[in-house]
This record gives sequence, C-alpha cells and structure tokens, in this order.
Amino acid sequence: MPDFEKLIRERLRSLGLAPAREAAIADEIAQDLRDRYEAMLAAGSSEEEAFNQVMAKFGRRDLAGELRALEQPATEPLVPGNPGTGSWWAALRQDVRYGGRVLRLNPAFTAVCVLSLALGIGANTAIFQLIDAVRMRTLPVKDPQELFVIRPTDHSRTGDMTGRYSYSTNPMWEQFRARQQGFEVFAWGSTGFNLAPSGQARYVDGIWVSGEFFDVLRVGPALGRVFHPSDDHPGCGAFGAVISYSFWQTEFGGNPDLERETLSLNGHSFPVIGVTPADFTGLEVGRKFDVAVPICSEPVVNQEDSNLNRRHAWWLAIMGRLKPDWTLQKATAQLETVSPSVMQESLPQVYDAALAKRYLKNKLVPERAATGLSNLRRDYETPLWLLLAIAGMVLLIACANLANLMLARAGAREREIAVRLALGAARSRLVRQLLTESLLLAIIGAGLGVGVAEGLSRVLVDYLRGGLGASRLFVPVVTDWRVLGFTTALAVVTCLLFGLAPALKATSAAPARVMSLTTRGATTSRERFSLRRALVVVQVSLSLVLVVTALLFGGGLRKVLTLDAGFQRHGLLVMDMDFTTLNLPAAQRVTFAESLLDRLRALPGVGNAAETSSVPLGGSYWNNLVIVDGKTSQTDVNMSRVSPGYFRTMGTPLLAGRDFDRRDNAGSPRVAIVNQEFARKMMGTDNPIGRTFKIDVYQGEQQVDYEIVGLVRNSKHVELREEFTPIAYYPQLQDPKPEPDTDVMIRSSLALEPLLDSLRRAVADYNPAIIIDFHPFEEQIKRTLLRERLLATLSGFFGALAIVLATIGLYGVIAYLVVRRTNEIGIRMALGATPGRILAMVIREAATLLVAGVAIGSVLSLAAGKFASTLLVGLKVNNFAAVAASALMLCVVAVGASLLPARRAAHLDPTVALREE
Amino acid sequence: MAESLSLFHRELKKGSAELLILSLLEARPRHGYEISQLIENQSGGAITFNIASFYPLLYRLEKRGWIQGRWVEKAGQRRRRYYKLTSTGREVLKQQRSSWLEFVAAMQRLTGLKHA
Repeated sequence: MPDFEKLIRERLRSLGLAPAREAAIADEIAQDLRDRYEAMLAAGSSEEEAFNQVMAKFGRRDLAGELRALEQPATEPLVPGNPGTGSWWAALRQDVRYGGRVLRLNPAFTAVCVLSLALGIGANTAIFQLIDAVRMRTLPVKDPQELFVIRPTDHSRTGDMTGRYSYSTNPMWEQFRARQQGFEVFAWGSTGFNLAPSGQARYVDGIWVSGEFFDVLRVGPALGRVFHPSDDHPGCGAFGAVISYSFWQTEFGGNPDLERETLSLNGHSFPVIGVTPADFTGLEVGRKFDVAVPICSEPVVNQEDSNLNRRHAWWLAIMGRLKPDWTLQKATAQLETVSPSVMQESLPQVYDAALAKRYLKNKLVPERAATGLSNLRRDYETPLWLLLAIAGMVLLIACANLANLMLARAGAREREIAVRLALGAARSRLVRQLLTESLLLAIIGAGLGVGVAEGLSRVLVDYLRGGLGASRLFVPVVTDWRVLGFTTALAVVTCLLFGLAPALKATSAAPARVMSLTTRGATTSRERFSLRRALVVVQVSLSLVLVVTALLFGGGLRKVLTLDAGFQRHGLLVMDMDFTTLNLPAAQRVTFAESLLDRLRALPGVGNAAETSSVPLGGSYWNNLVIVDGKTSQTDVNMSRVSPGYFRTMGTPLLAGRDFDRRDNAGSPRVAIVNQEFARKMMGTDNPIGRTFKIDVYQGEQQVDYEIVGLVRNSKHVELREEFTPIAYYPQLQDPKPEPDTDVMIRSSLALEPLLDSLRRAVADYNPAIIIDFHPFEEQIKRTLLRERLLATLSGFFGALAIVLATIGLYGVIAYLVVRRTNEIGIRMALGATPGRILAMVIREAATLLVAGVAIGSVLSLAAGKFASTLLVGLKVNNFAAVAASALMLCVVAVGASLLPARRAAHLDPTVALREE
Repeated sequence: MAESLSLFHRELKKGSAELLILSLLEARPRHGYEISQLIENQSGGAITFNIASFYPLLYRLEKRGWIQGRWVEKAGQRRRRYYKLTSTGREVLKQQRSSWLEFVAAMQRLTGLKHA
C-alpha cells in the first residue's frame, strides 16, 4: 500500500503546523485514502489504477491552501536543551520565552526573587546615583575636560578666608593673570547675598566672577548679556548682575523684560543685565548659583571690609582652560617659571619673615576640574562609597538567598532536567537555559530597582538637603548612561552569582541515577546540601559585618549627640544681626549692639543674651598663635570676642576668676578669659588667673598683653567630634575694630515661634533697618552631624535588611533540612528519640551554621570596624563590644527562626514520617 | 456554457455542503470517509467532494463548534475519527433546514420548478 500518510504530510508541510496537529490531520485523511484504495482493489482495480483513482478523488485542490485560514501555524516548539539548528538569536529568544513561562508558572517564587533583587539593586543604584552626581558627572559646560583649577601648593593659608573655595587672593590672581600663558584663565569666589533691604534676611547663593568667567566657560546669555573682560576693571561700581535661569524663573517669574529690574545685594542696588542658560548652574557640585557679580564690584558690596586689595584675604579660586596649542606639561612648566614672581608681587605685607618665606615657596599647579569643585564631594564621597559597599553586601546576601532558592528549585526540577539530558540535550544548552531564567529575574529585578532607586535617591537628597538646612543643596539625580550601565552590570553579576552555581549543579547529576531515585530525588545529595549550607554561612557572616557597622555608626552618633560639649545646647537661639546699612562709625557699633541686647534681655521669656564673634560649631572661626613668657605657641588657639554674660548664656561654668563686665572697655587694660585646655597647654597650670599672654599678631600691628581674669570649663568650638582645644575669649567692648554685624546667643524657655515674633518686634522697634536671621543652636549642631546621621540611619537600615535576609536564608535551609530528613527523623523517633532530642538535633544543625558564620563574620567585622572608625574621627568606639552585641543579636534572631522548623520536626508523627518517601 | 454550469454546480454544492454534513450526523456519529460516501451514494453521484476540500470543511465546522471529532479505536479496526453533532450544531441544522425550505419554496414559486 502506498504511504498515504507521508504524502499528506508533504502537502501539509508548508503550513508549519504543530507536530501533533499535523500528525492528526495526516492520520485522518490518510485513513480515508486507505479506505478508498482498499475498496478499489476489492472492486478489481490494479494497484496502479486504484492509486490513480484515489489521487483523482483527492482532487487538485491545494490542501494546505484550504487549511491555511483554519489552522494556526505552530509556535516554535520549546524544547529546552535542544542544541537547535537555528541561529543564536533564535535560541536566545526560545530560552527567554521558556524562562518567562517557567517564571509565570511560579508566581510566588518569582515575586520573592524579583522583590529582593529590586530592593538590593535599587539601594545600590540609588547610592551610585548620588556618587555619580557628586563625583563623576562633568560640569555642564563645553569641553569640561579642558578645565583646571590652579592652586598654590601650600594649602594652609594665613589670613582671612571667606567663601567655600578660597584658594587665592585677588592680588595673586591679578599677578597670575598677567604672567601665565598656557591657559585661558578666570577667577571666581562663592558668597551669599542678602536680598532683603531690612528686617528678616533673605540669602541667595552668589558668585564673584572675573570678566573672563563666562567667555572661558563658553557660556553665553539666554537673555540680555553676560560679563566680558572689559566689564571687570577697578572702580566698575555696581554696574550689573547676571542671574541664573532658575533664579530668573523664581524671582522674576521668567519676565523677559529685564530693562528696569534691579536686585538689592546686601543693601546695594544692582541692575540685572542678563540670564544664563538653564543648564548652566555654576562650577560647584551640590550647589547652584543665583546671582553673579563681577569681582570689581566687590568693594561696593563689602565696603570697608572689601577683600579686593588685601593681600591676605583669600576668597577666590583661579581656574583655566588649557589653550589648544598647549600641553598640560608645557603649561605646568610655564606656571612653575612664573610662580616665584607671582608670589613675590602678591606677598602679604603683614606676614613676618617666617610666613613670608613659606608663602614665597609656593608654586601654582593645575588640578583637573572637569567635575567642578565641591565641598559636598569632599565630605560625602567616602561615606557614599562606604554605603555603596554596604548596599553591595546586602545585595550579596540577597543573591545568596536567591541561589538557595534556585538550588531548592533545581532539586525539584531534577527529573525534568535528567529527562532532557537523557534525550540528548547538551549540558551547556541546559545551563544556558537555566541562566536565562536567572537573567530574566535579574533584569526584572533591575528594572524595578531603577524605580526603587529613583525614590530612594530622592529621599536621600531630601535628607541631605534637610540636614544641610538649606534648599540650596542642588544635586540633580538623573539616570544617565553611567547609572544605567552600573545597574545593568549589577544585574548581570547578580544573575551569575545566584544563577550559575545552581545551573551547574542541576545539570551535573547523571540522568540514570536521578531517574532511578525516589521522588525525593538527588536533592538530598550531600554535596548540593553543603553548598546551600555554605551560602547560609556567607549570609550570616556578611550580615554580622553589616550589623556591626550599623552599631558602630549608630553608637558613634549617639555618643556624639550625648557627649559633654561644655555648653547646654538646648534652648539656645542664634540671631545673626547686620546693621551695615546704618553706616555707624566703628566707635558707636559696640554700644549700639549692647543697648539692643539690653532690650532683648528684658523681653519676657528671654533668660540671657550675649554677643559673640564666632558661634561655637558655626563654621566661622578665628585662630592664632599666642606668646606666653616670650615663647610662641606651637599650636593655634581658637579665639572669640564675647560680651558680658556670654558664659551664663551658653551654660558654660566659670571655674575661677570673673566674667567680663562693662568696665572691660576700650580704655581699660586688655583682659581675657581662657578655658581649662588653654591653661593646661599654654600655661602648664590649672590656675592661670592673673597671668598674661600676647597674640602673635601680623607684622606692624601692636602687640599687647592680655591678663587672664577668668577660667571657664572646656567646650567644643569647631567640631563636636574634636578633642577640647585651647580657647581664649576677649571682651567685645575691647574690640579695636568692631564689625557692623554680629551674632547674638539667646537663651529662652519660650517656644520658637512666639520667641521669634517677639525678637523680630523688639529689633524692628529698636531700628527697622537692622537685618536679622535666626536659627536654633541645636539644629545648627545637628547639621554638623549630618554625615554621622546619614551613615547611622542608612547602615542601620541595611543592617536590619541583612538580618531579615539572612534569617530567611537560615530558616529556608533548616526547614528544607527537616523535610529532607523526615524519613530519618521518623526512624529515630520509632527507635525511641524524644521530641526534645529531635529539637536539639535540628537546632544543633542551625547552630553549626550560625557559629561558622559568626566566626568568619567576626574577623571581617573587626577589619570593617577599623575602616568605619576612620569615619568616626575622635570617637573611640569599642569594636569588640559591637561585634559581640551584633553576634548575640544575630544568634537570637536566627535561632528563633530555626525554632519553627525544629519544632515541626520534633512533633512529627513517626508513622507518617516513616511512610514519607 | 459548460464552464458556467460547473460554476453554478460548485456554488450550489458549497451552499449546501454544511447542511448535508450536519444532517448526516443528526442520527449518529460518523467518520469522514463514511460521511463522504453517504453523500455520494445517497445523491446518486450527483454530489461529490474532493478529499482536499472535504476535510477542511469538517475542520471548519468543528472549529465553529457545530460538530465535535473524537478518535475511536474499535477491536479489529484501524482507529478513526468520529464526528458527532453538538447542541449548537443541532440548532444550526434546524435553522438551516427551515431557511432551505423557504429558499426552495421561493425558487419553486419564481421559476416554476416542481418535483419531477
């Protein structure tokens, strides 16, 4: 009989039907043809006649054509493990589709994996985004890689430093500009401008810029014009201000008609002449500028305090763009040649011989500045890298959990894999298939992780912004190619971490052995199980490291918050007071401020009020060397001018002698109050009352004796974390050059708002032209601890996450172990083991893993603790105690987690357990 | 002339094929060969189907849910696919029958055709 089935199949081939469907159709129609053929033969036809007639009956119509509209072409058969003959791309597509199906069929497993990956990858991406924003992103100007900051080699400067990047004086800049050749150069400095002409101050971020600033940066105006070199000449006056795009939007509502717009900068009117493009935010990472004013206008704003011609006033940063025909090497060499003459011509006259010698040795060197200047970077780069490392460890723990889950699942799929191997699937192909599933999980996790990161980094920036006490922090967090690259790399690495070992393991068993085993399969293999145990040990040890780190940072923060600072920080308000606009003669300034203070002290609810020239931990300091018995001190002494009642206001006890009073005025002998550290270090005594010292003043200034009339307790001055330093206080009334602005410390038991109201009223009553600004002292201290708080909060969060993940891991393994050993437990119980012994046996198993993890973790923790301590400068934190406490905490939680499966094991019914196969 | 007659014949067959199959399955399930033989024999050879178009027709009816096929293996016989009328198919058969009756009556009225 002819092979009708083959004949039909040939006609169906072009349809590409699923094999089963093609077979069914071919079978049915061939059956019909066979029936007819046999009927023909029975009726006496020859075989050939019969065949011809049957085929005539089949018809000339195209069977495939008739069926095309009816039958679906088969989806490509998914036979994972089939080496395939198609292209690499087709195979990948097949793997992805199969993997997707497998994941869809196990929604709980998929959800757990994707969630933990999203959290892990999200946390890492968020922190990387911040690192990217403060460290890696280049300035928003043309060819930023050509930019350099040019600084003197000696970073310690003597003189008055103002602004955040005070690397140069104006005389140094002018000399440098005239002599250097390799760069197109400009100078700029940071400042704050008060926009309010009187009353409550309103500060914006300002920059002083040299005439070349915008030209060298290749920044043109978005509206109006920017400054050019011809604008920046001595005596230029208040000729104009250029504002940033965002400031233009917020302050002027984007009004394009700037003709008559002016800004009051520290009480001086400047016409607005132009707006910079939206993408130009300045040269500082972490802050954006609002108003730019030429350097030549500085005397207008700062009046008698002008820094322009003072050779020891450091307030500018010199930057440059390497000229096209110059190499960096050549330009550096030229800088070296001109440095001596720049230094010579800009040497501060007030320096003595020693200082002058040091100054003249300076060389100007270029440092790359493509990523701009940033104090934020200086303060937060290391903590951010550390947090990235911590987040990385959390991800590792999550990976270990996933690997454990994958291993368990590989066990469940062992037979399926064995069947495929037995049918001839290549192992490499199966590994690829299993890895594709992992990769799918990683990609979905990473996708969600990017979302998590967006939210988390926003929270982090808000945290920093709130902490820095200013909406001035400007960290645009964007998902750029670096962040996406990082996340992708993370996804691939995690996929390999949690997917590769299980994939290799799952495909390594001999099919015959797997299929000959009972339903429990080869998952009980000791080898595989030890991998799972090893993973738990890794998790426990990493969690321990994270918990220790969290405890160290948390402990450090607690310590710093509760340490004795030498003053009572609670209930203190700082009031910045500026009466520059009154143009008071210097001689009247002190009495003007004192009589205002008297009024404030009389307000209901105000306990005490006193002036100080530098608020402790406030960021603005004065220090100098002192001369005791003809010998100049080796270390600097912090100094401050205060009014009578200052120590009472601060809550710093007077230990000996007396406080300043009104008799300590310009006409009386110079007096000082010192702290214990000053007495001990400078005088070598506990009772310095009556002794004298001198300040190591600039050349040409008069050196006078200060008699110590009081001794106060040590208090923190520059930083909370520092050891106590020597401090000398001088009476405000003896200030030879009283400033028209000062800080007032106010102690009050009133709530903040009513207090501010009554202070504002009192100041306005006294003189409405006074500009004031307030901030609670405690808040200011908290701001200085932002880094500690960030580290403590985030490491605490990650530590908790690590414990949860590790506990889940341990629980999983112990629960799995109980299921695996059900049969054995049944036998043990049948032979007389008590539930207590079974419980102990399971707990012992968990304890072994815990102890191994804790042992490895302790060693790692001590190393990590050492590194963490470098970020906790000045705080002695006990690493051993932290490790012990963390280990205990981890053990309690983990044993608690393994109690659940252990109890289940102990309460197994032996008859049921024995039947378990 | 012969060509247009053949076309007319084909169209007629096409229009009636569904009704024929459904009617034959009304009494009991039958396999494809049996159905096509019955049509051929009972029409005295006037109506025949090519196999290449007959089975696709069966599959179409099955897809519509009017008939349902099922492989049946009987002792001493090759396995065959038997089709039975579904309840939907039964409904359709009823409607098609009455439509045909109306159509035939109308044709008779209009063309003067009568039973031979």
